[in-house]
Amino acid sequence: MNKVVDNVGIAVEGIKDNMTLMLGGFGLCGIPENSISELVKIGVSGLTCISNNAGVDDFGLGLLLQNKQIKKMISSYVGENDEFERQMLSGELEVDLIPQGSLAERCRAGGAGIPAFYTPAGYGTEVAEGKEVRDFNGKPHILESALSADFAIVKAWKGDTEGNLVFKATARNFNPMMAMAGKITIAEVEELVPAEHLILMKFIRQEYSFNEYFKERALKRE
Amino acid sequence: MGLDKTGIAKRIAQELRDGWYVNLGIGIPTLVANYIPQGIEVEFQSENGVLGMGPFPFEGDEDADLINAGKQTITTMKGASFFDSATSFAMIRGQHVQLTVLGAMEVSEKGDIANWKIPGKMVKGMGGAMDLVASADNIIVAMMHSNRAGVSKLLKSCSLPLTGVACVKKVVTDLAVLEINGGAFHLLERAPGVSVEEIQSKTEGRLVVHGDVPEMSL
Repeated sequence: MNKVVDNVGIAVEGIKDNMTLMLGGFGLCGIPENSISELVKIGVSGLTCISNNAGVDDFGLGLLLQNKQIKKMISSYVGENDEFERQMLSGELEVDLIPQGSLAERCRAGGAGIPAFYTPAGYGTEVAEGKEVRDFNGKPHILESALSADFAIVKAWKGDTEGNLVFKATARNFNPMMAMAGKITIAEVEELVPAEHLILMKFIRQEYSFNEYFKERALKRE
Repeated sequence: MGLDKTGIAKRIAQELRDGWYVNLGIGIPTLVANYIPQGIEVEFQSENGVLGMGPFPFEGDEDADLINAGKQTITTMKGASFFDSATSFAMIRGQHVQLTVLGAMEVSEKGDIANWKIPGKMVKGMGGAMDLVASADNIIVAMMHSNRAGVSKLLKSCSLPLTGVACVKKVVTDLAVLEINGGAFHLLERAPGVSVEEIQSKTEGRLVVHGDVPEMSL
C-alpha cells in the first residue's frame, strides 16, 4: 500500500462537511499549517475541531474561524485569537473548554481503546458539572470520556514512506496521541525519507497506521 | 510599600530544593528561574513537553519548534528531554513534579484558587492550570496582595469561577508569606517595612498571626 500522496489537496479530499477533526499543535508550534490552508481553500464547513489552541487571527485554525467553517471547538486555551473570542461571546461558535491534561489524556484514551478515565483535574469547578464524581484514596476525581475523530491531522519533522514519524522538540505536543485517535490520520511532514532511514522509530512507533500521508515543505514560521 | 514582582520571585526561589522538578506558570512565576539559590540544581518542566528548560535564546538563535507553555521561544539545558502532552501531564498528575508556582486572581482561606475566567469579560480557557492545581502536592501562588482597584485577593471565598478547590498551601505576595491551613491564612513572614496591621487590613479572609512575625530576608 502506497501511503504517500503527491500533494495536500489529495491528502484532505476525504474531509467533508460536519466531520470531527483533531489537529495537533501547541500555539503555532507543530501545527499542520498546510492542511489547514487547504481546508480553507476547499471550504468544508460545520467542522468540529479538537485542538489545544485555536491559532491566531491570521494563522493556523484562526483562518478556518475567520471563514466560519468551524461549528464547534474543543480546546484548553484560546487566548491568542480575537475572532475566536468574538464568535464565542456572540454564540456563533460552540466551545468546549477543558483542562489541557484532560484534553491530552482524552485523545490518548481515544487512540488506546480506553473509553473513559478518572482525573482530579477540574473537580469542584464548572468543568465537573454533570460528570460522575468518585473518590479514590480519599480524593475526589471526575470521569472524563475518550475523544476520537473522523480525521486526525498531525505535523511531524520527519516521516518515512511507511508512516513512521519523528517529532522535533516541543513541536511533538498533541501530535502523537492524535495520530492514534483518528479513524484516518494525515501526517504533514517537513522531510520525507525512505522507509529504511527511520528504522529505529519503526520499533517505537509501529503501532501507528497512516492511511494517508503527504509531503509538503513546511512554511517558515515567525 | 511592599515588594515588586522581582522581590516576590526572589522570595519564592528560596523555597527551591536541590534535585526538584519545578513547573513555573506565566507572569511572576517565570521570574523565579532567575534567582535559583547558589549550590542547588533544579530542572524546569513546561507542560507543553519539555523537562530541563533553559534561558531565553539570544536573538537569531530562536527555534520556532522549541517553546515554553507561554509560547515564548526557549533553550534547553544539557540532558533535557522532550515528550508529548499526555506524558507531560502524567508527570504532573503522577506527582513527579515537586513544585508548582502559579499566579492567581483570587485565593480563599480554604485554599481554593480562581485564575482562569472572568464571566462575560475574559474567557480564554484554563490551559493546564486545573490539572496542575488538582494534582500538585506543593503549590505556591505568586500574586499581588490586592488587585488594581485595591481589593484584597485573599478572600473568605472566591467570587470568580474556580480553578481548583482546597489545593493552595502557600501564598507569596508583595506584602507577606502566608500558609493556608485549617481554613485560615497563617502569616509566616512580612515584606521588609510592612506591618502586621497593614497585612491584616488588606486580607479579607481569616488571618492568623502567631507571635512576632519575622521580616523576609531577601
